[in-house]
Amino acid sequence: MSVQLNRVLIYADFTGVLCSSVEQKIYVVLNETVPCVRLLNATHQIGCQSSISGDTGVLHVLETESDLDWILSSGPHPPYMVIMETAFFNRSVMMRMKNSSRVAGVAVIISKTGLADNFSPHTTCPNQNTGVYSESYGSDLANCNGTVWNPLGNGLSYEDFSFPVFALKDENQTQVLRKCYEDHNQRVNGSAPQYPLCAMQLFSHMHAVTDTVTCMRRTDLQNRFSINPEVLCDPLSDFNVWTSTRPLNNSAKGHAADESVVIAATRLDGRSFFWEQAPAAEGTVSGIVTLLATIQALYPVTQEAPPPRNIFFSFFQGEAFDYIGSSKMVYDMEKNDFVIDMNNVHSMLEIGQVGLRSGRSLWMHSDPVSRQNKSVDTEVSEEEGKLSLFSHLTVDHPSVSQPLPPSSFQRFLRARRIPGLVLADHNTSFTNRYYESMYDDAENLNVTYPPGLTPDEQLVYETDAAKSLAEVATLVARSLYLQAGGEEKNLNNITADPKIVTQEHHISSPHDSRPGPPQFYIGLGPRVHGPAHSVTRFVQYILANLTGTVTNLTESQCQNPSELSTENKDLFSYFWVSGPASVNGTREPFCVRASVRLSKAVSPAFELLEYGSRNYSTWTESRWKSIRARIFLVASRELEVMQPALVELTETKQKNISAKTEIMFIK
Amino acid sequence: MTVAVFFGCTFIAFGPAVALFVFTIARDPLRVIFLIAGAFFWLVSLLLSSLVWFITVQISNKNSATQQTGLLIFGVVLSVLLQEAFRYGYYRLLKKANEGLLALSQEDTMPISIRQLAYVSGLGFGFMSGAFSVVNILSDSLGPGTVGIHGDSQHYFISSAFMTLAIILLHMFWGVVFFESCERQRWWGLGAVVISHLVVSCVSFVNPHYQGSLIPTYIILSVMAAWAYLCAGGSLRNLKLCLTCKDKDFLLANHRPR
Repeated sequence: MSVQLNRVLIYADFTGVLCSSVEQKIYVVLNETVPCVRLLNATHQIGCQSSISGDTGVLHVLETESDLDWILSSGPHPPYMVIMETAFFNRSVMMRMKNSSRVAGVAVIISKTGLADNFSPHTTCPNQNTGVYSESYGSDLANCNGTVWNPLGNGLSYEDFSFPVFALKDENQTQVLRKCYEDHNQRVNGSAPQYPLCAMQLFSHMHAVTDTVTCMRRTDLQNRFSINPEVLCDPLSDFNVWTSTRPLNNSAKGHAADESVVIAATRLDGRSFFWEQAPAAEGTVSGIVTLLATIQALYPVTQEAPPPRNIFFSFFQGEAFDYIGSSKMVYDMEKNDFVIDMNNVHSMLEIGQVGLRSGRSLWMHSDPVSRQNKSVDTEVSEEEGKLSLFSHLTVDHPSVSQPLPPSSFQRFLRARRIPGLVLADHNTSFTNRYYESMYDDAENLNVTYPPGLTPDEQLVYETDAAKSLAEVATLVARSLYLQAGGEEKNLNNITADPKIVTQEHHISSPHDSRPGPPQFYIGLGPRVHGPAHSVTRFVQYILANLTGTVTNLTESQCQNPSELSTENKDLFSYFWVSGPASVNGTREPFCVRASVRLSKAVSPAFELLEYGSRNYSTWTESRWKSIRARIFLVASRELEVMQPALVELTETKQKNISAKTEIMFIK
Repeated sequence: MTVAVFFGCTFIAFGPAVALFVFTIARDPLRVIFLIAGAFFWLVSLLLSSLVWFITVQISNKNSATQQTGLLIFGVVLSVLLQEAFRYGYYRLLKKANEGLLALSQEDTMPISIRQLAYVSGLGFGFMSGAFSVVNILSDSLGPGTVGIHGDSQHYFISSAFMTLAIILLHMFWGVVFFESCERQRWWGLGAVVISHLVVSCVSFVNPHYQGSLIPTYIILSVMAAWAYLCAGGSLRNLKLCLTCKDKDFLLANHRPR
């Protein structure tokens, strides 16, 4: 009886898993995998790719320069799977890996120890081809000719790697890898380690290749002719969130009569080298938090003493990928498919990166090309003036004539030369040293709490960062009120509360009950991931909380408000919320009415089916079957080859013996 | 551990048995049929013993390691006894079938002797037993890794292959000895087969000290091989004639066709 079989059944029983126990003896599966995936646009593919049956390599930890030599030239067991310490994750090392055939893949340790002073995998000139500056508009300012916005950018996120790159965020998992390396792969006295060696296999095979045009063409062919269509890539998409101080009729598209609107905007998304990792604290959260605090400060006053103009608040999704959200909104406005159109827009104020002010002044960026027009110039100067009044903050405009930083406002300028400003904490290039990277987190924003605070106390503690953002929010709120034509006497009532800001700040820092801060990557939206992204929902519900009114509708009425004559589905949206938790844990749900709406944020290129468009974003994300990683031991090739040789011996004498059976068995 | 190990272990485990099949059994359809029937009988015995084992494990206390080890030993012993019981059952069935075959066939002599049946049924038992022993392990040997990351011995695959080879050949020899003992009513022969089968199965509990399990198994294998050779009608003189290639002269001298 095969004892092994019995053992197999017993182990299967113990572990409760149906897979073979021999497999468990061989492989250690790594649970938390953070891959780098392939993204495509009209002309290129970026990101990482593995072969379809995974890439295997002998582990080697890259800690010193001699390790780099070992991996790239002198090590006797190529290909290697590199465990890269944080300090070595830079452009020069990754390019050398890319050009070498001895590297099977890279696993990068993500930690703060050994982190360089700056790290930005984004390009030096973000969104340079889809902004407003081009050959025909401000050609001397295009392509960051005037000011390089992200000089610390090394462009790693936009390189194409033919091996998988994973991130190791979990310290325990990194420890497992290190232990395996130390037990089996360490060099003793400079000589090569002996077999068996510890190896790792990474699976992250991407289905899409070349560019979006190719991928969408193949997907269309599949959809048309295949019984079981295999989609290869999906456009990046999600939702923009918008609201207004006076409700707008959502079913009346096109020009809104008698509406002059001041737009206040910020972005909702971020990105990094790895998939779905984008803490984006300074890059995005600072803007979101400021705009939410602005709305909280401004909204009550606009209901009591409404200014003549409407104020339209908008959070744009997908701005990191060639302005997906803002280009879609502008496109809808021009096509008369939105609640307002470009003729309704009076001016625009955008909040850029405002978190790293550190007590210094705030900067107002404007577009010099449109300001060559007298009337636009006057309006912009007026707007600047309003920002400088009535605040404790100093605001300045940059001394040299320089272009706008990358911002959603650029897409509006492409359609119409409206007056507008972009607020930022930087004069020329970004002060954010970790722009669009995994290290742009709460620590980067200097959100620190005194030691010994409980989580509940932290929720209401006013950090310095919160106070700084609250000041910016007060400034923005007051100037928006003035810009909308409101009276100066009401301005003193407009103040942002740092407590609200600190609570909102909690969305940017890790919390005990959550496994890490929320990530702001746009993702694939409703077609693939269900309803909107969690961050989009979060902002939507906070806005509903800040600007909405509680009604006493029942749940069914809340879901079908058009049946009631007092409610108007065109002007408002209705949310059935679960309410705060009471003392004994029960919740009393209720219906909130607010003028907060979601609008689709998918690039117009996909509606127009112009997959190779130069004007709109064409970013898509590849599909894949499985992304996983595992480690195991590998034996030497000699041992593998020796075993079949043994077998030859047994076969040779067989035929001879069978021919002699008669003689062998005669009595 | 890659394709090379897969093929190596497959050939080690099944090579001799497949060679035996190809050169001595494949040409005669009757032998093939009895081989497959033998394999089926072994399969039924495995099914019964797994059923009993499964039920006892479900009833038992899953957290107690000693109880589980005890159950494992019980399962092994029960399985060995059931296999031998089914071997006996197959012997009785073959005896009955032989009478029937004789009645049906045109010739006077039996189309297949009981000794050939013993060999064929033993080999059938061996094939099925080997398959269940090693196929699971072979499929995992195809992947890129080898056993050892948790500290187990690296020689897992090759030891399993050699053990399987021994088991297959042992089943063949046990078959021959068993049937011969039943024919001659030598019950101590039956006992020896059962006991040696128990010893070989239980000695695998010594694993992962593979030398502790493989060496006794191969010693028993050589002993059983010699015994089976003698049971089948061989002798030392015939062996010497065969090996020194004087068999042709011997046959001519005795007017026997080659």
